[in-house]
Amino acid sequence: MPEMQHEILHLSNVSRNFGGLRALRDVSISVSKGEVLGLIGPNGAGKTTLVNTVCGVTPASAGVVTFDGRDITRVKTYQAARLGLSRTFQIVQPFAEFSALDNVAAAALFSQPGESWKSARLEARTHLAFVGLEAQADQCAATLTLAMRKRLELAKALAMKPKLLFLDEVNAGLNSIEVERATKLIHQLAARGITIVMIEHLMKVVLNVCTRIAVLHNGELIADGAPRDVIKNQAVVDAYLGQQYAQRNAARG
Amino acid sequence: MLAVQVLINALVLGCLYACIAIGFSLVWGVLNVINLIHGSFIVLGAYLAWGAYQWAHISPWYALLFAAPLFFGFGYLLQRLLLNRVISAPVLVTLTLTFGLDLILNNAMIYYFKADYRKLTLSPPTGSISLFDVVVPVDRLIATASALALTGLLYLLLRRSKVGRAIVAVRLDRDAAVLMGVDVKSIYAVAFGLGAALAGCAGVLMALIFPISPLTSSAYLGKAFVVCVLGGLGSVSGALAGGLLLALVEGIGSVYLGPAHATTLSFVLLIVFLVARPQGLLGRKGFE
Amino acid sequence: MTRANFALLILIVIVASLPLFGGAYALRVGTLACMYAIFALSWNVVGGFAGYPSFATAASFGLGAYVTGILLNNGVPLPAALAGTFIALFLGAVALGAVLLRLRGHYFAIASLSLVEVFRELINNATDLTGGGMGLNIPLASSSGILADAMFFFYAMWGLLVLTALVVIVVSVSKLGFGLSCIRQNETAANMVGLNTTLYKSIAFGLSACFVGTAGGLYAAWVHYIDPSDVFDILYSVKPIVMALMGGLGSPLGVVCGAFLYLGLEEVVWRNYIQIHSGVLGVLIIVLLLFLPHGLISLRWAMVWRKVKHA
Repeated sequence: MPEMQHEILHLSNVSRNFGGLRALRDVSISVSKGEVLGLIGPNGAGKTTLVNTVCGVTPASAGVVTFDGRDITRVKTYQAARLGLSRTFQIVQPFAEFSALDNVAAAALFSQPGESWKSARLEARTHLAFVGLEAQADQCAATLTLAMRKRLELAKALAMKPKLLFLDEVNAGLNSIEVERATKLIHQLAARGITIVMIEHLMKVVLNVCTRIAVLHNGELIADGAPRDVIKNQAVVDAYLGQQYAQRNAARG
Repeated sequence: MLAVQVLINALVLGCLYACIAIGFSLVWGVLNVINLIHGSFIVLGAYLAWGAYQWAHISPWYALLFAAPLFFGFGYLLQRLLLNRVISAPVLVTLTLTFGLDLILNNAMIYYFKADYRKLTLSPPTGSISLFDVVVPVDRLIATASALALTGLLYLLLRRSKVGRAIVAVRLDRDAAVLMGVDVKSIYAVAFGLGAALAGCAGVLMALIFPISPLTSSAYLGKAFVVCVLGGLGSVSGALAGGLLLALVEGIGSVYLGPAHATTLSFVLLIVFLVARPQGLLGRKGFE
Repeated sequence: MTRANFALLILIVIVASLPLFGGAYALRVGTLACMYAIFALSWNVVGGFAGYPSFATAASFGLGAYVTGILLNNGVPLPAALAGTFIALFLGAVALGAVLLRLRGHYFAIASLSLVEVFRELINNATDLTGGGMGLNIPLASSSGILADAMFFFYAMWGLLVLTALVVIVVSVSKLGFGLSCIRQNETAANMVGLNTTLYKSIAFGLSACFVGTAGGLYAAWVHYIDPSDVFDILYSVKPIVMALMGGLGSPLGVVCGAFLYLGLEEVVWRNYIQIHSGVLGVLIIVLLLFLPHGLISLRWAMVWRKVKHA
């Protein structure tokens, strides 16, 4: 495990309620620069809520969120985006009538207040090339395949020049070849030094790319540490991974 | 005593408001259509009661009996033939379509009845009850009781009957209802027909109390808007709560600000509710 | 400049030659045509670009008429009164928009519709200032003869139309227009890429109000008498929507064509069926919506932007 580096995101005692439901309970977690943190847990554990809370979509009911040294607990979504927090959505959210290029250009244009129209377009091309969509640049976003739209989400997120990138189930609904391709992209992003927090159900991917794993269950953080340790943690096995996974894992050594 | 009188008035008027709004609320909730023709339906119902009494000496209570099926049929056909064709179009289209329908109906009423105000006067007059210092006209009381009965009837229909359950199912989750074998288009038509029938019956009751003119249709429609937003959409209890709240606010408003400001107050309340509590008093969150 | 926008400006220039072809009637229709085109272009900013179903046009029109009328009655010269109306309406609408545009779909439609009711009732009740239901008399702008007056108001309204068209065209090809298009397509995503949606929507709402309000002011000065039920007529809210649906939602050229077409139909109906003109209007609306839905909303949203890119 790398030395504890400069901290970029910190949640202290964050809770979020929806009516009577406590989607997040007293979560405290810290993310260091350059890390790839895997956020896992069963459905409804509060993973997406955590991302929404950090991004200002559903602000915390209690607790403090700091990002890059400043308190962003009450910051609006668009402000969070301009500070360098970007994300992809579990359910892709393209501007359906725009071309892929305009989708990415919009992200570059609006996240950087001083950005010009022209340079936004130019940048958009490089990001599209990075995710392998240069051939589809002029294609309407609504006509892209799911895998392509997922990569478009990624290109949009990158165009925002993120300091921290949330990936919300980028692999859901993809076939194994597409998953491999996406995993490679995540590796490349990490190599660029972008801090990544990823919500992921495929343990293979998590173990492949993550430097650290945090586990949410019923809105509570039940484990946080090196992948090797977390997957052996009894609470995690009980809540999420299941006995079978643990045994298989143990057998493999 | 003033306070008690205001309260009683609000109670009486509130039930009438609920009755005005409930058909509108049903259509909005189930079809997701803002039905701008609703106000003109109410006025047409009032003319029906007036005409029946004037020409055939049929009492308004009996008029209710034939107003309901007549309006139901009218509404059902309107939905089947016209509205169902654009039901999945954006708000703009459905709203503008019902506006066009309203223009036609309202123009037709102005053409045949002129814009004069008419009054249905029962003979002999029913008088009023006074208890201590509180005075309530009997016709109002009867209208209110009938309005409550109508609302109760709708509640029972939605609760107990098969078609009622289907309507509720479509309202809660259209796609799931389709999967369960509900014919959504015909449920839409039934719901719109019910909305029209309730409007027509409300009109019959209004004829007992208020002057009748095509020009009053927008006032009824306005009340329906406010009641729906205040009480929450598409539920019988919501319409009752909204109606009572609106009548209370108007009553208190006229005492303190003067009757001229009652309407302004109700619309300001509507906007405040829309912004602060769009689900209404009793509504649930989660639908647009 | 895109070809469609160029065509729009040409069309407006052609309208300016209208006085050559007729007398008072042509001028009256011409002034109305410019007014309707202003309505349609303005509505299109919030309804077409941003995709919010606004029914607030009548509120802007009525308020503008009254603000200008009251200023004129207090001795303010017409140009200053109109400028004041323009600024007041813009700022007022931006502030209101920031609150109301949190609503979507039906709820926004109802709220904007209610604005018309609220302002009509407020004006109705502020008898000291507005004359209430009795209406407001406005002094004649000049006394240089009826035809000269008609000519003056035609060119004034035309000038306002030119201004509106230019601003709307600039908006449509600017970052603002691009942002509004993002909001229409996916507001969540727009927020998430760092777009201040509240600000953009509020500006759009402000722009959709200020030109209509100024047109209302010109209308008040033109007809010399206004009353609440006339200038806060809900039809003023619905007409621009019908025009936009007729001509093609989202495109400035389309909505202006729709406005002219609508006015033509209205004049024909009004002349021939005075007693049932609103009923005929209703039939027209229904026929349009039912039988030509794709002919109307023919313009695909994306086309506006595809053109910008090639420009």
